[in-house]
Amino acid sequence: MNRATFPHKLLPYLLLAPQLAVTLIFFYWPAGQALKQSLLREDPFGLKTQFVGLANFKRVLADPAYVNSIKVTVVFSLATAFISMAIALLLAVQAEKIIRGKTLYRTLLIWPYAVAPAIAGMLWLFMFNPSFGTLAYPLRSMGINWDPLLNGPQAMILIVAAAAWKQISYNFLFFVAGLQAIPQTLIEAAAIDGARAARRFRTIVFPLLAPITFFLLVINTVYALFDTFGIIHAVTAGGPGKSTETLVYKVYNDGFVNLILGDSAAQSVILMAIVIALTALQFRYIERRVHYG
Amino acid sequence: MATIALKDVRKNYGRNKVIHGVSLDVADHEFIVIVGPSGCGKSTLLRMVAGLEEITSGTVEIGGRVVNKLEPRERDIAMVFQNYALYPHMSVFDNMAYGLRNARRSKSEIALRVANAAKMLELGSLLDRKPRALSGGQRQRVAMGRALVRDPAAFLFDEPLSNLDAKLRVQMRLEIKALQRNVGTTSLYVTHDQVEAMTLADRLVVMNEGKAEQIDTPMKVYSKPASVFVAGFIGSPAMNILEAHVGVDARGIAIRSGVTIDLPEMNLPNAGMPLLFGIRPEHISVTSEERADMILTVAAVETLGADTLAHCRMAANDKGSDFVLRVPGMMPVYAGQRLPVMFDRKAVHFFDVKTRNRLF
Repeated sequence: MNRATFPHKLLPYLLLAPQLAVTLIFFYWPAGQALKQSLLREDPFGLKTQFVGLANFKRVLADPAYVNSIKVTVVFSLATAFISMAIALLLAVQAEKIIRGKTLYRTLLIWPYAVAPAIAGMLWLFMFNPSFGTLAYPLRSMGINWDPLLNGPQAMILIVAAAAWKQISYNFLFFVAGLQAIPQTLIEAAAIDGARAARRFRTIVFPLLAPITFFLLVINTVYALFDTFGIIHAVTAGGPGKSTETLVYKVYNDGFVNLILGDSAAQSVILMAIVIALTALQFRYIERRVHYG
Repeated sequence: MATIALKDVRKNYGRNKVIHGVSLDVADHEFIVIVGPSGCGKSTLLRMVAGLEEITSGTVEIGGRVVNKLEPRERDIAMVFQNYALYPHMSVFDNMAYGLRNARRSKSEIALRVANAAKMLELGSLLDRKPRALSGGQRQRVAMGRALVRDPAAFLFDEPLSNLDAKLRVQMRLEIKALQRNVGTTSLYVTHDQVEAMTLADRLVVMNEGKAEQIDTPMKVYSKPASVFVAGFIGSPAMNILEAHVGVDARGIAIRSGVTIDLPEMNLPNAGMPLLFGIRPEHISVTSEERADMILTVAAVETLGADTLAHCRMAANDKGSDFVLRVPGMMPVYAGQRLPVMFDRKAVHFFDVKTRNRLF
């Protein structure tokens, strides 16, 4: 490694200062506040505050609604990350085969990324609205009793579909770039070495995409955990019942709707710990299998 | 082991014609080198044999079987690529075993065949390494090993040495030649390097603009080039080619007024016929004034060590140079010197002005 030398001792710190300031103000400060809040009990009007130690955590973790929320989050995140990555990979592989109009095709596939989460959610809600949804009608005529507003699993399917749909573009972009980085001669060499298309994909293309796939796995997990709030809020608002209430949505609901600030803060802290642990685990165990070219 | 036969093979990309009908019969065990400048279609031709490019018309046969419609994996061939195309996530062993695994060979057979190839190529100690931990020459060997273990009907080489440095290239050239002699697999080898072409080939295919200009042994291609293009492409420095016409009494040729070369023993055609006269730099020798065919003026000198190249003019006030001479390195030559020269009568070439093909 080369060590950079600076003409002045203070200069490197000055150069780092803007980035550090942003991190401090927008991450460490709120995180610290959440940590502090999680140890306090406060009434909805902020008139009385009392230190309660870990009582908030104890209550939250003993709450069956919280355990339910964890289950919902696991199902939702895994389904969203897996479906959006799988479909994006399929589309990227197919887009590689196109000879004419490749750029147009790619551009069109990237557009959904520009749609705001809440709007994406509304679009899906309209399309699949049980009474007037254009796409709900064929579902009903196929004999499916389609009603995501009353049926928990169907509501889950709908938000997974909306969240995955929005993320497909992003994943597609990375997979396309990843596929382009694989030299054509490797595929040709494999073809001459007797591998059919499916085997070439499994033994050559997919392993060489591993760095991209790993990166997207981390990004998509974080996306599903946090950035899908808008979709859930617009489509189901956590319902019906609590069947689509993810951890993030519960933090919002308990803190800003029900004004149970201490519980909400405790949940934030737990969520933070979960994400840190998850990302660390991904780097520790999955990244080992990744070959960087 | 197999023969390869190309019959009037053509390739068009839309309206753009790239290969204009190449026919070639390759005997079993033969080493054929396809050589030509970049863009002449030599790689495309090889890729058509490999099955990586579709054949627009004509047929390609490998081992007597028409393979036009067959996938690369069904053609029983192995290919060595210019950039080696090693699978970067696999060890050397897995790279070499890949084809055999695809063919569902037994573990013990794979281990045996990889071990044999590794021994032949001195890769034994590198089998666990990944390609990125290998030098260029080692990667080249692995690419060869990958072809070798499969024991295919034919080897196809696509400029395999052009990514190596000059010294390694000479060494690998000798190794490839020895290896091919050893295993006897029919080989097609594409290169733009005429030295590689001359040294490796049993027979050469000299390609230009999608056509095979000449298919013959290296020595024949050198001594009897079929066209002006071949004459200029094979041999370094290139053959001297000058416009000339048959002299008045058909006993010699005139290069320009007052400059004639007597060629009494050659059967020259009608007097006055225009033609292109060619002679290689190594077939012009310096002599005494009395015996000289011509007296040249040296315009520039390039010292190569063993030889010296003298760029000469027919008249001192000409521009550029008309002839390049290869003279022994010990001989002192300097710019401005008058050089009496003699042409080797057995090594003169004549080409048609229009078709640019060999006349005699």
